[in-house]
Parts: sequence; C-alpha cells; structure tokens
Amino acid sequence: MAKDDKQKSLLERMGESQVWKSIIRSGVPQTRRQRMHAILGSVFLHLHPARLPKHAVKVGYTWCMGGLSFFLFVVLTITGILLMFYYRPTVEYAYTDIIDLTEQVPLGIMRELHRWGAHAMVLTVWLHMLRVFMTGSYKPPREFNWGVGVLLMTLTLFLSFTGYLLPWDQLAIWAVTVGTNMARAHPFIGHEGPGASLLAIGDINLVHMGSDVRFALLGGRFVGEATLLRFYVLHCIAVPFIAMIFMAVHFWRIRKDGGISGPL
Amino acid sequence: MNEEKIMPSASVGASTKDSSNENEMGRRGFFKWLTLGWIAFASATGGFFTVMIRFLFPNVLFEPPQTFKIGFPDDFAMNTVDIRYKKSFNVWVVRDDESIFALSTVCTHLGCTPNWLQTEEKFKCPCHGSGFRMTGINFEGPAPRPLERYKVSLSNDGQILVDKTKSFKWEKGEWENPESFLIV
Repeated sequence: MAKDDKQKSLLERMGESQVWKSIIRSGVPQTRRQRMHAILGSVFLHLHPARLPKHAVKVGYTWCMGGLSFFLFVVLTITGILLMFYYRPTVEYAYTDIIDLTEQVPLGIMRELHRWGAHAMVLTVWLHMLRVFMTGSYKPPREFNWGVGVLLMTLTLFLSFTGYLLPWDQLAIWAVTVGTNMARAHPFIGHEGPGASLLAIGDINLVHMGSDVRFALLGGRFVGEATLLRFYVLHCIAVPFIAMIFMAVHFWRIRKDGGISGPL
Repeated sequence: MNEEKIMPSASVGASTKDSSNENEMGRRGFFKWLTLGWIAFASATGGFFTVMIRFLFPNVLFEPPQTFKIGFPDDFAMNTVDIRYKKSFNVWVVRDDESIFALSTVCTHLGCTPNWLQTEEKFKCPCHGSGFRMTGINFEGPAPRPLERYKVSLSNDGQILVDKTKSFKWEKGEWENPESFLIV
C-alpha cells in the first residue's frame, strides 16, 4: 500500500487505470480470490473453471481432444465466414465458385483449411468421446453432459454431411443422394419406413415421396437446387447456431459437475 | 428505510384484506389468469412450431412433372431401351416382345442412376456396380431387388402416359398388375 508511485511497475499502473478497471472490473489480481473473480467477471472466461486441478492439464489423460474440437470449431467458423464472401449456393455458380476459391482468390488454401479442419473435427470429436468413455467420465454426475456431448457429435456429423454437398460436384451430389435415401426408411415419417403405410386415410397415404422427412430435408423429390440452398442454410446458419447453444451448455456443465474428471 | 420496502400493499395475493376489494385481483383470480396466460403462451408457441414445420414443405415444386406423355407406341422399336427420357424424367422406356413398360432410373441399392450399356445389354450402376437386365431384374452387385416400374397408360390422343406417382415392385408381384405395362 505504501508503495511510491515510482516503485510501481508498468503492469501495476495499468491495473489501476480506469480503462483497465472498466474492462476487467478488478485490478491486476494478486490473491487467489481476486484471480477467481477475474475469471468469473468475464463473460467469455466464466464458462471455464476458475481453477484447474493439476491432472486437468495432463495431455496423457485428457488428450486435449475436447479443447481441440472447440479450437477447430472456431477455425471452421472463421474460415467458413470468409468462404461465404465468394460462394453462391446456386446450381449455376456453386461448382465454379469453389474452383474460383481454390485457384483465383488470394490464399486459396482457405477452402482447404475449412475442408481439412472439418475432417479433423470429426476425428477429434470421436477421439474425445473415446477418451471420455475409456476414462469412465460419462458416469454420474456427468451423465447429462454425456448426453449433450452425443448431441454435439451428431450435430458435428450433420455439419460435415451438409457441407459435403456444397462443392456441387458428382461426388457431392451422389454422396448426398445416397445419404439422404436413408431418411426414406425412417419409422413413420419416412415413406418407405416401418409404420409409414399405417398413416393413411383410406387409400390416401399421408406419408409419401412428396411429404416425408426426406422431402423436407431435400426440399424436393431428389437432390436439386432446393437441396443445395437448404443444405447451405443448414450448414452456415441453423446447425452452427444450435451447436453453439449446446456447446455453451456443455462447457458450463463441466464446471457444474465438479470440473474435469481426473484419474481414478 | 426498512419500512419503506415493506410498504407496497398492492402486491398480488399478499394480503387477504385487499382481496375483498372488487378491483383487486385475489389469489383465485390470479391463478385463473396465470393458467389462461400459460395456455395462451403454450398454444401460441406450439402453433408457431407447427407452422414452422409446415413452412419446410413447399406447395409448388420446380421439378419435372410426375405425369407426362412420351409419344406414340410406334415410336419405340422392338426389344430396345429408350434412354431419351432418362435425363428429363428419370425413366427408361423398354419395349419387349409383347409390352411397353417404364423403368425407374433409381438404383435399388442406394439410389444412384445406372447407365444402359447397349453392347452388354444391361443397366450398370457406376456407384457400386449393381447390374440389371433389360427387364429391370437385378443379377449382379449389391442391389437387393429389381428396378421399379411406373404406371403406363394410353391417353386420349394415343400417346403413352407415364404416371410416376404409382410404382410397381417385382418382389411384391406387382408387375402382374395390368397398369404396370402396355400391351402392343
């Protein structure tokens, strides 16, 4: 307290400035309590645990796969937004815009970063689940968060699937044709699925080629321009939006369920 | 200070004295309106989500029509596969010794589009190698069942009318159905 102005370091002086205090809300944290408050006082940091047990930073135990998945999600969001400045989701332009992105636009690697990042994220999400499963970290009190994680994995795969159509080449069109044909067999809401024929009024089928879940996904009876637009919107807006909500819940629950699980 | 905080007397359901006043809302009235409010809220939300799902099913499709004319029976030569309508309507028109029928171009394995190979007289799928005879019967590759046939009929002007909304599956014995072929 009795420190002279001249003795104060630059950091200390910064910590006492109004600009710093208005942003961080407290001065440079000195005690454990103050450090805790610095974390809790920030909207971004407060999802993260205020203090970490030593084992939580042991890569051999955690593999850091959850963190890497989040990192890749951020990378994919940034590169994805950049790609959106050039890509047009129409039958006429989609294929050539991707060629343009890789060959003419500066830093053509941006598209590859997005693609590689997507492949990597599917991998890290699976490895993250494997680690959580093998360490038994899905057990109570973390069973709810495991459920949220399974949902996030599904969303990751769906993001991967919807993104696959966007280059609009033969591989994409037929892969999505094959993939969406699975929806035909969905019980009750797929027109070839079990129970779909029960949903009928007399001779009129309520669930048919033009009214089932596959139809809603494709926006038509086959993969066409409506599908491209639908997958684009799902890929860029709808699914990331839902994923972000559940990611916030996921990270928050790690804290609430007693922090990251440790070796038994 | 403290007394000031407690002062507000109009708080809902807090005091029984006030409920005797007819302008004040009593405990019972409060719950009545609360229930009504929640029902209204729930039905509005439910209605909105229903409408949202309905929104995803368009009324008008910008796709080729499901029912279309493909020309006169004489336009199709004996024992040939006509591939003219493959791209526009996704059907092959096949004429054998006694009839004309319309085959679906959708592979029964995973839904790709096979090609008609004239020299080998078979439909061959490029995705996983399923093969079908001219009749639509599968004989090689992973396809589990024959290609489907569509309803064909003669329209008033003598042209063949194909109706893709009605399909006939061999494994259900539906190829016997007289609507699935045209005797010529």
